[in-house]
Amino acid sequence: MSVAIVKYNAGNIRSVLNALSRLGVEPVLTDNPEELRRADKVLFPGQGEASHAMRYLREHGLDKVVCSLQQPLLGICIGQQLLCRNSEEGNTDCLGIFDVPVLRFQPERHEDKVPHMGWNDIYDLQSPLFNGIDERAFVYFVHSFYVPPCQEMIATADYIWPFSAALHRDNFYATQFHPEKSGDVGSRILKNFLEL
Amino acid sequence: MLAKRIIPCLDIKDGTTVKGTNFVNLRQAGDPVELARAYSQQGADELVFLDITASHEGRKTFTSMVERIAEAINIPFTVGGGVNELSDVERLLSAGADKVSLNSSALRRPQLIDEITSRYGSQVCVVAIDARQEVDGTWRCFLNGGRVPHEKQLFDWAHEAQERGAGEILFTSMDHDGVKQGFANDALRYLSDNLNIPVIASGGAGEMEHFRDTFLHGHSDAALAASVFHFGEIAIPTLKQYLREQQINVRL
Repeated sequence: MSVAIVKYNAGNIRSVLNALSRLGVEPVLTDNPEELRRADKVLFPGQGEASHAMRYLREHGLDKVVCSLQQPLLGICIGQQLLCRNSEEGNTDCLGIFDVPVLRFQPERHEDKVPHMGWNDIYDLQSPLFNGIDERAFVYFVHSFYVPPCQEMIATADYIWPFSAALHRDNFYATQFHPEKSGDVGSRILKNFLEL
Repeated sequence: MLAKRIIPCLDIKDGTTVKGTNFVNLRQAGDPVELARAYSQQGADELVFLDITASHEGRKTFTSMVERIAEAINIPFTVGGGVNELSDVERLLSAGADKVSLNSSALRRPQLIDEITSRYGSQVCVVAIDARQEVDGTWRCFLNGGRVPHEKQLFDWAHEAQERGAGEILFTSMDHDGVKQGFANDALRYLSDNLNIPVIASGGAGEMEHFRDTFLHGHSDAALAASVFHFGEIAIPTLKQYLREQQINVRL
């Protein structure tokens, strides 16, 4: 199986490479449209800031390439947020695969620290992405912006209020959490994605 | 709901762990990669590795160890010790670390926090603070592994670190460290209630109750310990089961 990771300016992809390697997959890291289109699966990971990431994607024509991909694609963290309509982070227009906004967490009590960092449980799991994963399994999140509940939501998490922990539409999948850092649960989710 | 985190901390010198451990079934007890894998399998939520090597050669050994740990485990980990400039952060993050921990270097040059977080984001930057309570009740910060007092006070410095972009505060009470009588929960609660970034409690773990107390009374977001885990006095699965029974949300 050929797996491509979208190469852009959003952070450290080392842990995604390592996680795939543990699953026996050696992905190619590329911003070449042909290589991306040829791959069986595409990962769109990232950490970073939305407006900088979107500017980079547009300047390199990757916005159109990502949106036109036909094979299963998995956005991770900022990758999920960039697949949405727009983000409050830097007031950014995003790729619009998922027609929902990305909002900033507003703390309500002193326990509500932002960023939301650590292990949080997920529930209402509704996708083959979560085959073999128990309801209320814990996965690892690090983020200050979130996607509210919406039609495309395939997993929910509660932090301050319920939000979309994962999304799916057509061939596009996305998780707000980091499967590559989520222990055995995360490895299984990545494996499930590779088997879609 | 967000879980409270349990974090074993390992001191590393020349690529091996300093303190002995009594983990069974390890081919090489001092091998940080083996230990990392064992802790990860036991349910540790994160790991911290502190490089206590001073030499340049030791730094290189540490970096290659970080690469091997990143290949071996699938939970987040923080590295610290000898993080003095942006190039150290670049080196450790590209080796696969998720976060770096700053201590003396940030007290000496607080601007380092701004430089790191504007480049890599707040989430990679843990500011570790060693402090001791003085007779007047204030908490004084210390440099160089607790050997040199600094003019800054704990609460002021923690707040400044947050304002400069730090993503987490790791507070070690030098009064509690090694004594095994519990964490400095009054100071921790003050920190946690007055900061809007997570606070990691460190120093004082001896019994499982101490972890419960720092979550319940110290309002800590995470608890770090070394010897109770390394010497097998507390097993992480037992600790987490206990905390769950005490109505504390932990990842099982």
